[in-house]
Amino acid sequence: MTKVQINYHDGSQSEKTLTDEEIPFPEGKLIVSRTDIDGIITHCNQAFVEMSGFEMGELTGKPHHILRHPDMPSAAFKDLWDTVKNQGKKWRGYVKNLRKDGSFYWVYAVVVPNVRDGKTVGFASIRRKPSRTKIKELTEIYKDMLAEEKKA
Amino acid sequence: MTYTMTVSPDFSPDYIAGWYIFNTWLQKKTGDGIHLELYDSFDLQRKDIIDDKIDIIFANPYEAAMLIREKGFLAIAAPADKPDEAVICVKDDSDIQSVEDLKENCTIAMADDPQVNSVGMIMLEPADLSVKNITIEKQKNYVLVAKNLINESADAGFFLLDAYDDMSKFVKSQIRPIITSQISVIRHIFLVGPKLSNKAEDIRGLLNDMHNEDKGLKILQSLGFESWENQTQEDSEFMLDLIDTLSG
Ligand SMILES: Cc1cc2nc3c(=O)[nH]c(=O)nc-3n(C[C@H](O)[C@H](O)[C@H](O)COP(=O)(O)O)c2cc1C
Repeated sequence: MTKVQINYHDGSQSEKTLTDEEIPFPEGKLIVSRTDIDGIITHCNQAFVEMSGFEMGELTGKPHHILRHPDMPSAAFKDLWDTVKNQGKKWRGYVKNLRKDGSFYWVYAVVVPNVRDGKTVGFASIRRKPSRTKIKELTEIYKDMLAEEKKA
Repeated sequence: MTYTMTVSPDFSPDYIAGWYIFNTWLQKKTGDGIHLELYDSFDLQRKDIIDDKIDIIFANPYEAAMLIREKGFLAIAAPADKPDEAVICVKDDSDIQSVEDLKENCTIAMADDPQVNSVGMIMLEPADLSVKNITIEKQKNYVLVAKNLINESADAGFFLLDAYDDMSKFVKSQIRPIITSQISVIRHIFLVGPKLSNKAEDIRGLLNDMHNEDKGLKILQSLGFESWENQTQEDSEFMLDLIDTLSG
């Protein structure tokens, strides 16, 4: 177990305890959440609640970075936000997520803007089971990206 | 005024009579003439939707995007507790225990249901499989998909869960599910076109109440479900956003 401090984009921070236990993705399911325009969670499905280890009430109304794992480089999320908010397009990527108990799970996520009457009213992320080959690839890539970010 | 109603071509042949009876019921309740036009392929049905020949449809979720976002259809209802789930099966005595046991260049049998096939392909992703590295065996129906497994001309096959459940004991004893989707929000929906927009709320009321009447309940049962559930435009918009993320 290791203790880390996570610094979020909005200037807030939190202390987390990490373990190296990986929780397998639930077979056949999709993990779904929705946020408002600023990334505050508005809805999540049962699979999301179970995998995150939080209660539904601890999730809605909170920033989506509640799941942020320190092994994820900031550049990945910057790209996510640029794509869905500034360009109004779909973002796809592999994400390592942190559970409430400090363990983690990998997902393949697709994030889309929710466009209603021509206006973006929020975002949704639909996550599915990733391939192990991709996870291996991304683990290396994210490690290098993180090292670069730490140097800067 | 006479309207044209149609049903997604993937319904089970067991329900054809049910749809005719439903159509008669709807004509009586609305006082409008409604002609039921059935298609045996998605392509033919899609062509008539594009040509604005369809006014009322019980649609496959995959078709709903075009109907709602391009053709201005309104969502009315969906069968309660009947999501469209997909199952991947193998031959019962196959060595394959999980999706990850399927390897490149394997053969996958599937029928002509765009929604099931899309979810099926997603369930193959963890094995690094995609349309690029598998051979697809397209079949006319799910019984033929099962046959492909039994005679070993395919390694795995995609089924609509309902179709799998409805197969004979004999067929089911020879094939084995390795994974079933549990997506729950993707389902067939009942929609009306722009010509009926002023009647949409009346039709919504009729369908939501249908199971409270003996006759209505019997008709629903002959379609394979127990009641309609209200489907709001936002429910449908969200379903479309979700389907959009599954297409690649
Ligand atoms: C719909 C949606 C879903 C998101 N899901 C996740 C997620 O599962 N895990 C995660 O770490 N960040 C997720 N994010 C990104 C977070 O909003 C945030 O950018 C990220 O956790 C990094 O935190 P920070 O930007 O506050 O530094 C999501 C964003 C959106 C719009």
